[in-house]
Amino acid sequence: MKTSKAFKALDIFYIVMMILPFAAGIVLKVLTSPASDDINITGALIYFTIHMPIQDLPITEAQVNSLLVVISVTFICLYLTHGLSVKAHLKRQVAAEWLIESASKLVNGSMGEYFNGFIPFISAILVLSALSSLSSLLGLYAPTSDINVVAGWAILVFILITYYRFKCGPLHYMKSFTEPIALMTPMNIISEIATPISMSFRHYGNILSGSVISVLIAAALQGLSSKILGWLPGFLGQFPFLRIGLPAILSLYFDVFSGVLQAYIFAMLTMSYVSSAFAADEYQMRRLRKEQKKLQKQVLANK
Amino acid sequence: MLEIAIAIILGCCGLGAGIAMVAGIGPGIGEGNAVAKACEAIGRQPESKGDVTTTMLMGCAVAETTGLYALVIAILLIFVAPGRFVNILMNIVG
Repeated sequence: MKTSKAFKALDIFYIVMMILPFAAGIVLKVLTSPASDDINITGALIYFTIHMPIQDLPITEAQVNSLLVVISVTFICLYLTHGLSVKAHLKRQVAAEWLIESASKLVNGSMGEYFNGFIPFISAILVLSALSSLSSLLGLYAPTSDINVVAGWAILVFILITYYRFKCGPLHYMKSFTEPIALMTPMNIISEIATPISMSFRHYGNILSGSVISVLIAAALQGLSSKILGWLPGFLGQFPFLRIGLPAILSLYFDVFSGVLQAYIFAMLTMSYVSSAFAADEYQMRRLRKEQKKLQKQVLANK
Repeated sequence: MLEIAIAIILGCCGLGAGIAMVAGIGPGIGEGNAVAKACEAIGRQPESKGDVTTTMLMGCAVAETTGLYALVIAILLIFVAPGRFVNILMNIVG
């Protein structure tokens, strides 16, 4: 099947828009970060501050980068779903179908049929988190190594958990805190609050520790190579030869493996917390009872 | 006098960060046990390798949390706490 010129032009536009956010992020980073040869382990750069009545709102590198990732993911989705047809003739449609199928298999396998509506949410978390962590490969500040970004996601998950606990009525929600015995209530409340904290700390701590260790090792190798190879004349003496190689292997673990694994774990924990918060049997029983009451009322009214 | 006080603050923050990271022992032992058991399970039933691996990775990630709490405290002690403590000292001295 022949593709028209407009179709191809739109394709190229989508591909450019996929790459452009990351390029813009790199340009912003190069323009704004202060030049220095020292080790600098700092938090996210603050681009500018919006003055608010109660507290100033700083717009940081992490927020900007996470929005750039969101834009890029949007255009990846648009590209993958461009030109869909019943009989797939484009390779990207096969890829998109495979992605959707594996996401729905993952969610159905660990949450059950009732939570089918969660497939888009879980896949969004997976892609966003993985791409955010992987953006550190391009030299950008990974948004997931800032606790504010990850805490936002964790609070979202906490709201979902509370919503599904409330589905069986407020009384059942209160009762669920006194679960084994009434003495355990404070413990249960603490563990409820600890859920978002531990989720956000786990994700951000893993990514941040990876970047801190990478910076430390790179700096140590630079110092070592200037000690050992410093006698070489001119430019060769200043060039950190020992920095070639080892940081790349470490980055393979800390950036690629750890980032993707943390995204997977965040999604898995979201699924297991939400599905365990929902008492499916209780909910079914309540629904049945309600319907029976309705029927009885109808029968009485008809009489 | 002030220099000595600031030096004590910086040194104690560094020491505290080092001591906090002793907590890394716990997750190390725990994850080692988990991986050992997973290896045994795979050895006994090689066909269940995929399930065992994903479950093990989940468990490892959950067990790692205490170590990461320690890491966060150590990072706070190194990068955030000294400035705060020196500010408090300056406010007291005036």
